[in-house]
Amino acid sequence: MTTQEIFSRLQSKFEDNDISIETEAVLEPFIVVPSSLIALISEHLCRESDLAFDSLQCLSGVDLSASDETMEIVYHLFSMTHQHDLTLKVIVPKVEPHVPTVEHVWKIANWHEREVYDLYGVVFDGHSDLRRILLPDDWEGHPMRKDYKEPEIYRGMKVPY
Amino acid sequence: MLAQSTASEERKFLELKPFSDEMVVSMGPQHPSTHGVLRLELRLDGEIVREAIPHIGYLHRCFEKHAENLSYQQIVPFTDRMDYIAAMNQNWGFCLAVEELMSADPKFAGVPERAEYLRVLAGELNRIASHLLAFGTYGMDIGAFTPFLYAFRDREKILFLFEKLCGARLTYNYIRVGGVSRDLPPGFLDDVREFIDYFEPKIDEYNALLTNNKIFLERTIGVAIMDEAMAISYGATGPNLRGAGRKWDLRKDEPYSIYDRFDFDIPVGEEIPGAGAVLGDCWNRYKVRMDEMKESVKIIRQVLDGGLPDGPIVAAMKAIRPPAGEVFSRSEAPRGELGFYIVSDGSVKPVRLKAKSPCFCALSALQELSRGLMIADIIAIIGSIDIVMGEVDR
Repeated sequence: MTTQEIFSRLQSKFEDNDISIETEAVLEPFIVVPSSLIALISEHLCRESDLAFDSLQCLSGVDLSASDETMEIVYHLFSMTHQHDLTLKVIVPKVEPHVPTVEHVWKIANWHEREVYDLYGVVFDGHSDLRRILLPDDWEGHPMRKDYKEPEIYRGMKVPY
Repeated sequence: MLAQSTASEERKFLELKPFSDEMVVSMGPQHPSTHGVLRLELRLDGEIVREAIPHIGYLHRCFEKHAENLSYQQIVPFTDRMDYIAAMNQNWGFCLAVEELMSADPKFAGVPERAEYLRVLAGELNRIASHLLAFGTYGMDIGAFTPFLYAFRDREKILFLFEKLCGARLTYNYIRVGGVSRDLPPGFLDDVREFIDYFEPKIDEYNALLTNNKIFLERTIGVAIMDEAMAISYGATGPNLRGAGRKWDLRKDEPYSIYDRFDFDIPVGEEIPGAGAVLGDCWNRYKVRMDEMKESVKIIRQVLDGGLPDGPIVAAMKAIRPPAGEVFSRSEAPRGELGFYIVSDGSVKPVRLKAKSPCFCALSALQELSRGLMIADIIAIIGSIDIVMGEVDR
């Protein structure tokens, strides 16, 4: 199924919502969905037999610029059954970003979401075990944000080298 | 919502009961069988593992943050240091992603034919070297020291070949955006042929030594079954998915580079009722790697027999400046599907680069795989999913 067809499906299923499609993108089109709907849409995409997006390839946070007020969370989905792929995007504010978890749909989302929480500070509501994964538990700030300032001292050690 | 409630119930269950046999043991970060700096928080009831919680990040080197401040060509050596056991395939995966992004630019002519052949040659040799290490260390983890020495003897020969090819033994920086860094040194193809002629019969020897060894079978057959649905849900790819019986290999199913020109099979796990082997157990995950080495030899032989085309080894270009846009590209590394997500704004540096590591995904399944098994089985699982911590932590 093409992204356009999936987009029409989603639009008819989740009416009255601002799901949009970006077809002008250079290589592949993607669908932008509101953050409140991502869990429902993911479930729909995974469970419907003709869509069957059973594999979450990648879940990444993206901060395009320090001056932006929003960040993106990008979901790369793939169907091992039908061999089609799909890119979903959720736009979240930089101040208190909250997104529902998709952990109950794809188990790998557990670790991917922990990574995005660790590096971007996005809180995944409903996540079973949301704590830092790559950085130490007492690290301050979220380093992959463009406006991140590294601390001078961490536990008595000088950080910038 | 169901997953959450069960998780919180299990958490309650994990609370330590005083005067019981339950205890918490920290295995690692430095433990010979964890293949790098991985710490497992084991909650044990006697010798039974109630829960094994992986703690990662000890090798975190901020690869993705570094990449935002480097030009595309400068990032290549950083990818070497992700999965340092199969650095060629890491270089390749990254370059594929950048080249896919550049393909939107009409000025980019694509990778020259000769470079594609050199990439396949290097990539498949590195796949053998990587699987040899997996085979050797797996044996050693489980208590068989001899296979390790055999594996390293042969891996050494491949490292010598790579040293001739690009001057480095571990971090090659050989495959560059648009091609490769050097042409073949004199006599290299003869050396490769000599190696594969020597190596091919050795695989059967190793199978006799370890794969069908009674003690090894007892330790791995039927242990920690990751079936196909579980593997897909956890994003486990490569030999871990094929060991579960799914015939899926990007080299065959979504051919990139020139893999569609070669004739090779995709080994998958098999049920052997007599021996008790089940799809997706430790033994099947391991066995797929042994069979894959034979297929890699097959591909290398076809490259050598067909001969390499003449021509340039790198695409002519002024600067690597992909057009604005984004790409998610996957390739089949020895440990599974390596993905790179690149967001470009049209400048010489990426705005965002995310590496989707196959080991990261496979390791996340460990907690579920190990529940209720014996402590010695944890070692068998870690070896069978074949992780490299450099790639997990990035």
